[in-house]
Amino acid sequence: MSEILEKVQTIIADKLSVNPADVTPEKSFSDDLGADSLDTAELVLDFENAFGIKMPQEEMENIITVGDAINAIEKLVAEK
Amino acid sequence: MELQRVVITGMGAVTPIGNNVDEYWAALLKGVSGVGPITHFNPEKFDTRFACEVKNLNITDFIPKKSLQRMDPCAQFAMVSTMEALQDSGLDLEQVNKERVGVIIGSGIGGFTSMMDSAIAFVESNRIPRFSPYLLIKVLGDVISGHISLKYGFEGPNYITSAACASAANAIGDAFHLLQLGKADVIITGGTEASVNETAIGGFNAMHALSTRNDDYVHASRPFDRDRDGFVMGEGAATLILERLDHALARGARIYGELCGIGMTADTYHITAPAPDGHSASASMRLAMQDGGIRPEEVDYINMHGTSTPQGDLAECIAIQNTFGDHASRLLLNSTKSMTGHLLGAGPAIDRGHPQVHPAQHRPPDHQHRASGRTHPARLELLHRRPRTTPYQHRPLQLLRVRRP
Repeated sequence: MSEILEKVQTIIADKLSVNPADVTPEKSFSDDLGADSLDTAELVLDFENAFGIKMPQEEMENIITVGDAINAIEKLVAEK
Repeated sequence: MELQRVVITGMGAVTPIGNNVDEYWAALLKGVSGVGPITHFNPEKFDTRFACEVKNLNITDFIPKKSLQRMDPCAQFAMVSTMEALQDSGLDLEQVNKERVGVIIGSGIGGFTSMMDSAIAFVESNRIPRFSPYLLIKVLGDVISGHISLKYGFEGPNYITSAACASAANAIGDAFHLLQLGKADVIITGGTEASVNETAIGGFNAMHALSTRNDDYVHASRPFDRDRDGFVMGEGAATLILERLDHALARGARIYGELCGIGMTADTYHITAPAPDGHSASASMRLAMQDGGIRPEEVDYINMHGTSTPQGDLAECIAIQNTFGDHASRLLLNSTKSMTGHLLGAGPAIDRGHPQVHPAQHRPPDHQHRASGRTHPARLELLHRRPRTTPYQHRPLQLLRVRRP
């Protein structure tokens, strides 16, 4: 699953203009990485495109940290 | 109540012939043409395949990549020209009362390209609605001024004006009036446009408004020339820092000039064509002079709209002749659009970005150009379709004295 982690790191680093090394699972999108609600929604769109998944609305609402996003993506990829 | 006086204390520009005021000005004096083959899209199948695009602007030198994702090029251009204008004004951003600083920018269309690109992507993805949350903040026009106020924390009046080719003129007019009334101390104003895209070129082509001089595009933008065949699409932005005179004096600002009057009218003739007799253009000039307490004989120079369309240039000449009468023959007239192309809503801002400090005003008229009789608004020789004996050439920006009819 480190492949997912790497891909997610790259997407987040690119979108939010942060260092990929700073994108670790415990980081909060809003508090640590400077994302606002629009950025988070845009990131979900990027994840969906990158992994060929569709993230349900209720899943999105639970994503606070990078780890939350990775868990949700792993689950949806496994269900594919 | 006594109206406040309003002065210009800063300028910035991003244009097809220069990405700041100094570059722009130097290019104007050299007579550089900003036109080239369209690079923003493949224009192969279009009637017009050239435009005046902004060139070599390394946008990430000005705006962080993260912010760029949320900005249409029209907002990016306005931001860059505003950064330059603010720096030029010497306004101390720590000291200024930000509740009294406004931002009013003109744009004819706003985030047109972002809108079009997203619609294309939607159709190409079999109409599955996967729109970016950034989309509407790129499309809506008001974010142009919004981005500027967010960056600097300016909390005064904040909006855009849209009035086609007069958008920026209206923005400058609104800023002027608000400052006169004492509703703000400083207003960042001007215009921006970024519509070199398939929809704009195709749409204006359908209206037969654009030049199609593809085989000689460098000479396609030729305001007041007999053989003009339409305008050349441009893009870019220009910003003026307008300020109450007392505020400018109190902070020891360098003052470029005073804005002393505005006139606004509508000609009710046709949805796109100007009234052939130019009556409303004439009226707005009279109102502006009245507002500013200036007699027609005191006017030395007019940077004309001069889009190089057959109808527009002619109506404008007639309007000037009717407004100024005998004095029309003594006016210095030209149009910088021969070099920049037509920036639509941003036009009035870039056309106005310099006359207050126009070095050419102190030059003798260009006799050689006079003798060639090539650009003669007031003679109205545009009416005649006589064959040209000499090829059209771009001339450096020098003021042309118009011969008596």
